[in-house]
Amino acid sequence: MRQPLSARQIWGMPVILALISAVGLVSALLGDGIWDVMSWFALAAPTAVVLWSIAHPASHSS
Amino acid sequence: MTINSFKRWYWFHKWTSLVCTIFLLLLCLTGLPLVFSDELRLWLGEAVEPPEHTEITTPVVLDALIKDAQSRRPNDYVKLLVRDDDGPAWFVFMGNTPTAQDNSATFMFDSRTGEFLYSLPQNEGIVNFLFRLHVDLLAGLPGTLFLGVMGLVFVASVVSGVVVYGPFMRKLPFGVVRNDRSPRLRWLDLHNLLGIVTVLWVLVVGITGVVNTLDRPLLGYWQMTEIGAMITAWKDKPRPPVLRPVDDAVRAAESAASDMLVRFIAFPGTPFAGSHHYMVFMRGKTPLTARLLKPVLVDAETGKVSDSRDLPWYLTTLLVSQPLHFGDYGGLPLKIVWAALDAITIVVLWSGLHLWWKKREMLPEQWLAETVPQGTALETPTLEGASR
Repeated sequence: MRQPLSARQIWGMPVILALISAVGLVSALLGDGIWDVMSWFALAAPTAVVLWSIAHPASHSS
Repeated sequence: MTINSFKRWYWFHKWTSLVCTIFLLLLCLTGLPLVFSDELRLWLGEAVEPPEHTEITTPVVLDALIKDAQSRRPNDYVKLLVRDDDGPAWFVFMGNTPTAQDNSATFMFDSRTGEFLYSLPQNEGIVNFLFRLHVDLLAGLPGTLFLGVMGLVFVASVVSGVVVYGPFMRKLPFGVVRNDRSPRLRWLDLHNLLGIVTVLWVLVVGITGVVNTLDRPLLGYWQMTEIGAMITAWKDKPRPPVLRPVDDAVRAAESAASDMLVRFIAFPGTPFAGSHHYMVFMRGKTPLTARLLKPVLVDAETGKVSDSRDLPWYLTTLLVSQPLHFGDYGGLPLKIVWAALDAITIVVLWSGLHLWWKKREMLPEQWLAETVPQGTALETPTLEGASR
């Protein structure tokens, strides 16, 4: 019987990804060059997580 | 969370989603190509780029562009002269009357040579069609405001989706997609994962989209209040018999706001300039302030600055909202990332619709019990008050 997860386990990654997204949304507004590059990588993070999760299907069939 | 509050939020997520999903699918599907509208217009021949010039030329005389445009449409009026933000070009917007909302023609000129480059197609072409569909469902201002309401419902749906994400994930590690059980669980896991990783982007694009639906009412309000106050002293004066060339107005505005650049100029007779003036709209030089405008009112008879104002807060909000909705502020790579997030959102919308259809006879607590591993959703203290 699996124990319920803690709030940190459930919300940790979503909160981190939201913070990274926020950095990406704002940084390209603040400047050009390196600021643009930062926004490309930051806003690519959610898509990267999705691709990684689909490429590593769960073995949690419980 | 108690089982009753879970049921309430689940109900709220279901109904807000059902109300807006079909419109959001349309917005995401039309928005996907519109992210690349500049590139598409060039590719489809609906726009051109200024040619490469290596030699340095003297600054172009803007009045010559105006005369050229006027000679191409002798019965029309010049409404606006707009500087291209991305390339060396100026655009002249003409109307059948100075106050006409629609343009009768848009001419593009090279800003280094003054050469006529292109007459932009008006209200035709596939990009324009997609744009109209995205902005107002081909139904004008009522269509735009309706989409704004749908946007608000969508924001409510996203927020309630975040709330019900927690109970569904109580025993599942982040990012798990269960492939080996029912297809329904696979769709649920994808819906939850794709929805939660894009949630901040979706909220920002959704809220800025709602703000953008108010652009015409906000500009109209600004025109009636602050712009009206700037030009009120000249309201009953006739149009000057001879207008100073627009170059004089630009020079006057540039010396009045020396740390800014010209974005566009409204011509005498148009609603944003009044009968007696040019209104030169200046912009800042950083990526953020480049979006913001400062109107400088220049007398078309004397060439002197009459007044200038800062932007009210609601227009600052609108103008900062625009890039955050369009994704056009960080080059082509940002547009590609934007399109990927849009595509993920389409999957979230579609999987939500699919899940609702497949389990529409099922109660929320049955669904929760089926999806949480080991089927014991209702026995933990966080969902107290429930019976099996």
